[in-house]
Formats: sequence, structure tokens, C-alpha cells
Amino acid sequence: MLLSNPWPLTSSLSKFMSSIDELFTKLRSENRKALMPFITAGDPDLDFTASVLQELVARGASMCEVGIPYSDPIADGPVIQASYTRALNKGIKLNNILKTLSNEAPQLAAPLVTMISYAIIYRHGVEKYADALKQSGVAGMIVPDLPVEESPRLAKVCQTRDLSLIQLVSPLTPRDRALKIADTSSGFIYYVSVAGITGERTELPPELAERVSWLREQTPLPVCIGFGISKPEHVKLLAPVADGLIVGSAIVRRMADVETDGRETTLKQIGDYVESLLTALEQ
Amino acid sequence: MSTAPTNKKEHKKCSANVPDAAGRYGDFGGRYVPETLVHALDQLEKEYEASRLDAQFQAELDDLLKNYVGRPSPLYFAKRLTEHCGGAEIWLKREDLNHTGAHKINNTLGQALLTMRMGKQRVIAETGAGQHGVATATACAHFGLDCIVYMGEEDIRRQAPNVFSMKLLGAEVRPVSSGSRTLRDAVNEAFRDWMGSVETTNYILGSVVGPHPFPQMVRDFQSIIGSETIEQSRSRFSALPNVVVACVGGGSNAAGMFFPFVELDGVELVGVEAGGRSDKPGDHASPLTYGRPGVLHGSFSYVLQDEDGQTLPVHSMSAGLDYPGVGPEHSYWKSTGRATYTCCTDDVAMQAFDALAKLEGILPALESSHAVAKAMEIASERPRDQRIVVCLSGRGDKDACEIARLKGEAFG
Repeated sequence: MLLSNPWPLTSSLSKFMSSIDELFTKLRSENRKALMPFITAGDPDLDFTASVLQELVARGASMCEVGIPYSDPIADGPVIQASYTRALNKGIKLNNILKTLSNEAPQLAAPLVTMISYAIIYRHGVEKYADALKQSGVAGMIVPDLPVEESPRLAKVCQTRDLSLIQLVSPLTPRDRALKIADTSSGFIYYVSVAGITGERTELPPELAERVSWLREQTPLPVCIGFGISKPEHVKLLAPVADGLIVGSAIVRRMADVETDGRETTLKQIGDYVESLLTALEQ
Repeated sequence: MSTAPTNKKEHKKCSANVPDAAGRYGDFGGRYVPETLVHALDQLEKEYEASRLDAQFQAELDDLLKNYVGRPSPLYFAKRLTEHCGGAEIWLKREDLNHTGAHKINNTLGQALLTMRMGKQRVIAETGAGQHGVATATACAHFGLDCIVYMGEEDIRRQAPNVFSMKLLGAEVRPVSSGSRTLRDAVNEAFRDWMGSVETTNYILGSVVGPHPFPQMVRDFQSIIGSETIEQSRSRFSALPNVVVACVGGGSNAAGMFFPFVELDGVELVGVEAGGRSDKPGDHASPLTYGRPGVLHGSFSYVLQDEDGQTLPVHSMSAGLDYPGVGPEHSYWKSTGRATYTCCTDDVAMQAFDALAKLEGILPALESSHAVAKAMEIASERPRDQRIVVCLSGRGDKDACEIARLKGEAFG
């Protein structure tokens, strides 16, 4: 297997190493795995978003994904959609989110990436959005509705700005296509653990480990698993086969508790929850 | 990756040889979907391409269209409506006379036949006015397929008769309570379902929207409308129509009517969107008239969005037109100047409904009433020797309750 997408550090073409590349280089050298919580920006407001990011990183999250609320999120399940709707109903705007990220990113000891629909990027302006992320100190983006065929333009825009464009592979992705995706992805590959939308599952598919192991043998890029991870048992099961795990709905569901439990309590509950996953990860 | 076309009037040559392999109609179309759906779309595209070359598939579809749907649908000269307008002749392509009362059945039979060919047993669909839901439930009953229809709660309220029909036909109607609780949210839910069920389920999409190959496939299944119109025009008045008018929500009846005319340059093609209450954002559903190119539901096309790319609320009294996006081929036809697009308000469409009811004894669907309204306007401005064909996409029985409500009259 010819490795056409070597580590950016070792590539003769680029001296740059993004903060995501640095993170995984370090984790790999220590034989450790990443835990990446996902949160919605602006649910219930951007002050809370900032507090949650600080809390998550203080508890040991390796990287955080910030979901940009979108009105028609077909790739997301009911928990994240409800969270997006709450944020949008309060009038959240992209420019305000970017401002919060630019305040937080430089102070956090972990890279940030945004999860954002291409509908928003296109309307905002592809270059303009990439520039704004770069200036904010955000390391990259995940664009769940931009498959590899439609991604060359954005990939180039990201590359020239040293931003990572993290692409997704699903259990239904044929092997040759997975290799093509690995070739154009940067930062890491987001492996969708179940064919379906985001959400917590009670069981993960048994053939998952085998598929992820295969992909990791084909690419120097780290492979992280997301969608449906909610329990310490999931973490224990999957950590050995992946470079990192992404937890979304299970955290976002807890964000809805701000309304009833208050900010401090919710923050602590999210922190405790993530810590329980981190404990499982280190075992 | 394409760039957005500008609103400049630089008309390029319009081709009927679209989409390309990437599902592009000029700059428009494509596939903006989660990776999980790509496999399903690839599979669908492959099966669809194979079915086009399969003589048995085509023969079966032709037989169904003739003996089950009742095609060809008549091309009817609306004499009294023509006299009322006092200008060009108005002819109606009677898709309202199809089985289930609208053009939607042309497409659902094709896609259901494709579902059978793929060996899948479960079908999902979205519906706005309920016509596509009824047509899908009908096709599924015919083939013995399991059918689940996603429908916004607001539309369920507006289209009660169709909801009941779907249930009678054995379909399960799943109410969608997220977002605006209309067609757009039903599309979201159907895609979500499909992402978790692609291996056993086929998604029968009702319009020329969504990711490739849906816009092409739905257009092709609906093109029988335009093809028959060409044939019937030649036999009825030995010429082609001067103008062809159709309403545009997602744009399936218009695409099916317009497509066979694309390379017949002398025929003007006019699409009519829902102008709703006014031209203010939120008051209408006219992306081609007031919107900009952007991404929605897996496709790059004209769309109604705010400056952040969030989909704007839309309004039309007609549930079938109440949609913030439009098929990518319409955007292509607009950008090449091959078709022109305009809109018609709720009030004007209602006047056209009344005119057709009283002058011709035909209750048109509220959707189709928008096209009738524009045709009446054009007819009154054109000489008597010109001919306008309107795609009368559906019948208005389903709208009776809603029309009574809008007119403030008691129903039943």
C-alpha cells in the first residue's frame, strides 16, 4: 500500500504541523488516545459555550468540537437538532460564535474544530469562513454534508491556510472510496460508527473494530470514531482500535439541563461525565 | 466545486444533455449529503441507469401509466376561460385526471418499480400537500411494499383528506413536529430515516430536488407530461404551443412539462412560484424570484436563506408550494434564460381557482391555480392566434377544507 498522504510533519511539501497533528503525534508517542467532546455553540448562550469549553479542557479533553447550529441538520439526531433549534431560536449568529471562539481558542490547551454545514460555509463565503477560523485560532473543520466529490475546493482553501479538513468515512463506504477520502482528509479521519444519524446507542456494531483497524493500516492519519458513543463501556471497547473517540449527543443532552439545574450544576455534571469517559479511556 | 452564478443576464446555451456525471446542471445540483448516504445514492443511480436500458422495466411502467394511471391525460381547450381572458387560447394539460388526482403518480410508480427491481421491501417518502404521499402509498399498495410517509404537522392539519387517504391505502403517516412542521422538515426526517435504513429501504422523493440522482430521475419520470403535450399539440392544433406554464414548488410538474421542450427554442417556458402574502422574507415561497443560490437538502440551487445560511420560513396557502428550495435544473434554466420564473400571490391564485371552477367546471389544486393565474394574465396580453398550455398538475378536492377556511365559509 502506497502511503500518499504522509504525516504533514514528515512531508517535504509542508513544514507546517497543525495543532491537531501535534496532538496526535504526542498521543501516539505516549500510546494514548484522544477524547473529543462535541458541544453546540450558543446553547443556551455563548457564555455557557465558553464555560463548557474551559471545563472540558480542564477535565482533560484532548480536543473539542463545536457544532455550529443549522436549521436543517439532516446528519444529526433529535438531541443535537433540538439543541441547534434552541440556539437558533435565541438568535445565535455565526459572527458571534466566531468571536467567542477567537476569545477561547488561544486560552485553551486543546485544539478546537467546528462542525458546520456546507450551507452555512457557502453562504458566508468559503474563503472568508476559512480566514475567520484561522484568525480565531481554530484548528480545522468537519463539514458533514460535504462528501469527497464536492470537497476539493474547500480542501484547497483549508490547505493553503494550514487548517485541517476532517472528512468522514461510514460503515457503508467501500474500501477504495475510504482510501480516496483518507487522501484528501487532514488532521484525522472521522469514522462514523453506525450507518445513521448521531445519537446514543446501547450497542455498537461488532464489525466496527475490524473496519477501523483496516483503515488505520492504510493511512498515516489518525482515525477517530464518533456517532453513538455514550458509555464508559463503549470507550473501553473502542479505544484500543482507534486514535480517538468523539462524544456528542450524550453531552449535548446534558446541556439542555441548564434550564432546570442551572449553569454551575450542569457544568459540573458535564465535567464529571467526561471525566468518567476519560477514566475508561486510560484503563 | 462550482462558484455561484451571478444574477447578471449572461445567458449560456441551455442543454437537454444534463446532468453530467457529478449530477450537475451547469453550476447547480451535485450532492451535499452525509457520507452515509453516498452509498445509497450511488446504488440508486446505478439501478436507475440500468432500468432505463431495461425494455421489460419500461414496458411494465408504460403499461401501468396507461392502464392504472389512465394516461395519456387529455389536452383540453378551455374555451370559456379563453373568452374570459380575451386573448390567446388557454389549453389545459389535465394531470388532475390521473389516478390519485395529480402528476405525482407518474413518478411514484417509476420509483416503486425501481424499489422492486432493487429488492427492497420498505419505502419512505416525504409529503407536503399530501399528493406525493398519496401517490407513494398508492404505488406501494399496488406493489405490496411497506410505506412510511413523513409529513409536517402543519401540513397534516391543512391536508386532512389526503392524510386519511394515505392511511386507507395502508401507509403509516409519521407527523414531523420539528422546525416549521412543513415539507422541508418532512424532507429532513425522511433523509434521517434513510441514513439508518439504506440497506432495506428506498426513499421515494417526490420532487426534482435533493441530491443526484433524484432531480434527474424525478424529471425523467415526469417528462411524459411534456412529451404527451408535444404530441397532442401537434395532433390538436398542428403546432407547438407558444407558451407553456407550470407552477413551481420543488418543481416536478414544471420539470416534467418543460424538459421535452428545452431544445424547442420557439416555445416560451414560464414557471410560477408561490408569492404568498407579499415579497417580504417569510411571506412567500419563491426562491427563484427572491432567493439566491445556496445549499439545501443535498443540492446547490436557488434557496431562501438568511445571511448565515439558515433556511428562512416560507409561506404559501398551497402546501405543495410551501418549500424554501427548488430543483437545480430550474436554477439552470433560469441562469441560461431558457425558462423564466415569476410568482403569483395567494389572492391572485385564489381568483384563478374561482375562475376555473365557475367557467370550466374544474376545481384545480391550489398549487396549479398559481399556474392558471399566470396563464390567464399572459393570455390577456397575447393575440388570439397564440396558444398557451398550462400544466394543471392536480385537482382541488383535497383543498376544499382549506379553501373554506381561507374564504371564511363553513365546510360540510
